[in-house]
Amino acid sequence: MLAENASIFYGAFRAVADVTLPVHERQITAIIGPSGCGKSTLLRAFNRMNDLVQSARVEGKILLDGDNIYAPDVDAVAVRRRVGMVFQRPNPFPKPIYDNVAYGVRLGNPRIPKPELDAIVEQSLRGAALWDEVKDKLKESGTALSGGQQQRLCIARAIAVQPDVLLMDEPCSALDPIATIKIEELMQTLKERYTIMIVTHNMQQAARASDYTVMMMMRPDRAGEMIEFDQTEQIFTNPRDKRTEDYVSGRFG
Amino acid sequence: MTATKHPNSLKRKTRLGEKLIQAFFFFCGFVSIFTTLGIVVALGSQALRFFGEPSINPIELITTTNWSPNIGEIGIWSLVTSTLITTFLALLVAIPLGLAAAIYLSEYATPKVRNTLKPILEILAGVPTVVYGYFALTFMTPLLRLIFGSDVVKIYNMASAGLVCGVMIIPLICSMSEDALRAVPRSLREGSFGLGATKLETSLRVVLPAALSGVIAAIVVGTSRAIGETMIMATAAGAGPNFTFNPFESAETMAGHIVRISGGDVDYNSIDYTSIFIVGLTLFLMTLALNFLSRYFVNKYREVYE
Repeated sequence: MLAENASIFYGAFRAVADVTLPVHERQITAIIGPSGCGKSTLLRAFNRMNDLVQSARVEGKILLDGDNIYAPDVDAVAVRRRVGMVFQRPNPFPKPIYDNVAYGVRLGNPRIPKPELDAIVEQSLRGAALWDEVKDKLKESGTALSGGQQQRLCIARAIAVQPDVLLMDEPCSALDPIATIKIEELMQTLKERYTIMIVTHNMQQAARASDYTVMMMMRPDRAGEMIEFDQTEQIFTNPRDKRTEDYVSGRFG
Repeated sequence: MTATKHPNSLKRKTRLGEKLIQAFFFFCGFVSIFTTLGIVVALGSQALRFFGEPSINPIELITTTNWSPNIGEIGIWSLVTSTLITTFLALLVAIPLGLAAAIYLSEYATPKVRNTLKPILEILAGVPTVVYGYFALTFMTPLLRLIFGSDVVKIYNMASAGLVCGVMIIPLICSMSEDALRAVPRSLREGSFGLGATKLETSLRVVLPAALSGVIAAIVVGTSRAIGETMIMATAAGAGPNFTFNPFESAETMAGHIVRISGGDVDYNSIDYTSIFIVGLTLFLMTLALNFLSRYFVNKYREVYE
């Protein structure tokens, strides 16, 4: 994916200004920066989740395989099927685990034969490293799982529809360290098949788990801007911008 | 610990205000329980008097279909069927329309539209039911007679009363369901949209199931209103027990019967008078059964979200 001069507005307020960002395929791109700098807003622009906010609008382009997802003839629903999302707080549907994973698949293909659906559910749960823990209780509610398991269920649900890109909005902020490590390990296997973008507040997480890092800051007019984008190693060892250095070394933020 | 006394003592205090307010709250809760008990006692004692009459055979209550207690005919079915038919027709109108309106208000309408429409809808709930009764008699009945023919549709008929009763409970079902739908966390909707679901798919497959217990509660309250509805039925459904399953026939409902008998000139010691307590007791048991049924249903099917 590629953002070209993308600005995001809520009404008259410009929340994110003029971002140009190449998102490398099958790599993990982390977005870091202090609170309120527009990280989540930028992330949500990549699958048009901001459309759900009435006053939100995007200027500039965001391209998926060369097509601008904000072109007038593009269906936001179709975009979201190719660019999946995992949220800050695990939000499994209050339905059986099986139905959670099958939900998106059934939307796209209501008459899918049961054996085929079974296979997709198993494959997705395996892909999210959850199968062994839940294979005997697929009929139990997704909300009965632990927080870490719920989040992996949400990942399984997202990959079941076979998207190209996975957006993760602080996926570990509600999880304990062990569950967090599990998700990070999972991301490393997922990147073999998916392009991943992750917003994180956790600097170590960005350093450990990502290949590229975007550093964002809030300008004096409160619009968020991208101040640096590079390979993660570069950002953390040899940043070009003084503000990035201060931020990643924990001097502020 | 030092020997000097700390100004804020740890000693237990008696807080009289707390105790008083607790007693007051308990009393308020107790009033409604006491009222329910009172109703059971009042209905039950009169019902016992009724069954004590030598001319009454309790079994006939549910084995026969003619209701004229003064000549010993006590087949309550003629009143029950008409009540069930009008209630069914009312729900046929109110559930789809009320629920659809609730989904519209909660999922589709902009805040501005919702803030305008909801109060208007709630005005509909404030219209006195006798007005609905005359609306049924002077608008719905002629309309039905126009559509189905005046030889088919009686002037007083269950269909007209039932349909208008349905209109009356739309705001109730809509308003309560909308509250339940709106209480579903936004995160669930986002999860669904994030998987490429449309608004309709999200509303019907995620939000509605998650709000099911509240929606069922709304339907139950609506059903109870329809079962117990008196003025519309007394005005438009007919003024005489009639065992029939044809909604275009005239037939008196239980609540309509009670209000006609008690409003009329009957002797407190007559069978006619005590018989209305049997009808009241049956009505009470029906709504009670409905409550239990819905509770069972809700526990079985609801989807619990945090």
